[in-house]
Amino acid sequence: MSHAPHSPLPVGHYAYDEVDRTFLKQRVAQFRDQVERRISGALTEEEFKPLRLMNGLYLQLHAYMLRVAIPYGILNSGQMRALAQIAQRYDRDYGHFTTRQNIQFNWIRLEDTPDILALLADADMHAIQTSGNCIRNVTADQFAGAAADEVLDPRVHAEILRQWSTLHPEFTFLPRKFKIAISGSPQDRVAARFHDIGLMARNGENGRPVFEVYVGGGLGRTPIVGVKLRDDLPEEDLIAYLEAILRVYNEFGRRDNIYKARIKILVQALGVDEFRDRVNAEFVAMDRARYRLDERIVAAIRARFGVPDFDPAGQAAEKLAQQRKADRAFDFWVRTNTHAHKQPGYVSVTISCKPAGGIPGDVTSSQMNLLADLADQLSFGELRITHLQNVVLGHVRQDKLYGLWQTLEQNGLGTANVGFITDIVACPGLDYCALANARSIPIAQKLSERFASPDLQREIGPLRLNISGCINACGHHHAGHIGILGVDKRGEEAFQITLGGAADQDTVSIGQIIGAAMSEDETVDAIARIIDTYLARRTAGEQFIETCRRLGTAPFKDAAYATA
Amino acid sequence: MPLLENGQIKDDNWQIAIEGESLPSGDVLVPLARLAEGLGRNGDGRLGVLLNAGDQVEDLRVALPRLSCVQVTFPIFRDGRGFTQARALREHLHFKGEIRAGGHILPDQYEFLLRCGVNSVVVPEGVDASVWQKAHEAFTVAYQPAVLNEQPEGFAFRRKLL
Repeated sequence: MSHAPHSPLPVGHYAYDEVDRTFLKQRVAQFRDQVERRISGALTEEEFKPLRLMNGLYLQLHAYMLRVAIPYGILNSGQMRALAQIAQRYDRDYGHFTTRQNIQFNWIRLEDTPDILALLADADMHAIQTSGNCIRNVTADQFAGAAADEVLDPRVHAEILRQWSTLHPEFTFLPRKFKIAISGSPQDRVAARFHDIGLMARNGENGRPVFEVYVGGGLGRTPIVGVKLRDDLPEEDLIAYLEAILRVYNEFGRRDNIYKARIKILVQALGVDEFRDRVNAEFVAMDRARYRLDERIVAAIRARFGVPDFDPAGQAAEKLAQQRKADRAFDFWVRTNTHAHKQPGYVSVTISCKPAGGIPGDVTSSQMNLLADLADQLSFGELRITHLQNVVLGHVRQDKLYGLWQTLEQNGLGTANVGFITDIVACPGLDYCALANARSIPIAQKLSERFASPDLQREIGPLRLNISGCINACGHHHAGHIGILGVDKRGEEAFQITLGGAADQDTVSIGQIIGAAMSEDETVDAIARIIDTYLARRTAGEQFIETCRRLGTAPFKDAAYATA
Repeated sequence: MPLLENGQIKDDNWQIAIEGESLPSGDVLVPLARLAEGLGRNGDGRLGVLLNAGDQVEDLRVALPRLSCVQVTFPIFRDGRGFTQARALREHLHFKGEIRAGGHILPDQYEFLLRCGVNSVVVPEGVDASVWQKAHEAFTVAYQPAVLNEQPEGFAFRRKLL
């Protein structure tokens, strides 16, 4: 091993101290008491519901589901092993990575949850605010602190926001849930403009960070692209300004209709200028000193983040080049599943959790343990969960890639499809979810089988395919180049297709429905014809989304509904 | 209904203005719409305002020096506007009098209320004060500044509770 797996501070995320650990123990004790009060009848189900939700506990179709927070998507190997233990001991031996970089366990018993939370607390983890009408897990770029194109590592600020929002006295009973994402790269990999608040960090003129602030974006029933409130919010005002936004939302957001309660509806109803005026009025009136994010606070949080102790590049790049030349399959995997690192001799690796015919984002406990071992051996003990439901090893030396790939291949984790049509994002759908109209998983599996050929996927090129089992859009179908929406058609499960969505920084767009819903098999065939149309009509080097924008949806619609 | 304050249950001596009737003597809480009437009242009782969840605290700015009490109301515990109203009364209007919370409130929300500047909670008859006290003592640290200006706990925004 070229570097120690256990540095004193965890690489890539905040290290808890005794105060933080005491807090988590108190939180577990509180929840244990709440569960007891529910079981004794002192709490009604209506009263218990928001309390359990704020500990990530949902009641699904067949069982309770527990959603565990993975702040800004970063885990250490010990935490991944704790998740594996939960999967094995309390669930059916697997977990499901979500689009908010969290993990869900789908077969949980209510009476086990206090013990599960205690097990998590021992690993410095929790399920706080992974649900409920509060500020949810703050998401960040999966290549944070590694990406060659990054201007600053957003995770320190993500941690500051995590702490600030934890059991916030004023913002725990908001009109609706509230999602914040933060990116430190001009390449938006967090879908900032599809969040309640999206933050794009960059360095300001004085060398301190400034933030572009977007507000009121979101998918769900009413997909809306967020609007810019500030171009250059200084770091020291970050908390104060977010307080101001949340205050305006908490006071004026609608509470009479849960489908109209997100901040995006308020921003639309007031108009962006009026909304900004109200936020600014609050910002000007508030006690700014109380909320000032002092440089020393940022430094104190940053000091609790471990940083990788990189080895010199040596001949790593040359060795990798030789190995790629010698093994074509490996070369393809490197092309699709690695991302440029700022440190010479290193890359970031995306491990696909989307094998052919598999369930997007599902990982078994033995795979979790393997990922933890690989992180210890190859990436300073650090793991990242992406909002596209894959796992990233952030810092892998280039000459270690070949061995890594071989191990992954042997364990069903070597699929070379990141960014391709089978890198599908899907919600849990009617297999689990009480809200769903249709099952998302079987159609995802059929599409994954249909396009399993590596050659075909490479031929098709970059393509985002997202599946939601109902209009609540947890699978972000509006943001997919191809989106699939499950609907109820006279009591039968059916699917609509959307085209042209995108969540990239410069080209954010919302996918448009192309026509009437079809059955599962018809939909799979229709998508195959849409792909054939793209392949036939694209110009050289043109990606699917570009062809789609150039031609509009008409030719694809014709193809989708053409019957033999 | 009784009042919970500093872990103790005590009698509530404030009367609530009854719609369609003239204001009683003694300490009285009036709705925002009857604030002028309350201010014009002759007598030795204290005056307070009973805010509804949708009311703007800003409307109290002028009258506030003459008010002894403001009650924020939770129509249902999920409706968190009262937290913002209480915090704004303290932070923006520098109100030093009593802020009480009424309506549907869970013990699990008690600490949030206190940290937003609420002093007392209107509770149902026969309530077990120890459940509320337990909720108050559940945590020894908070992760953000609040109007109570608690002492820092270590670094960052952490605050010592209790």
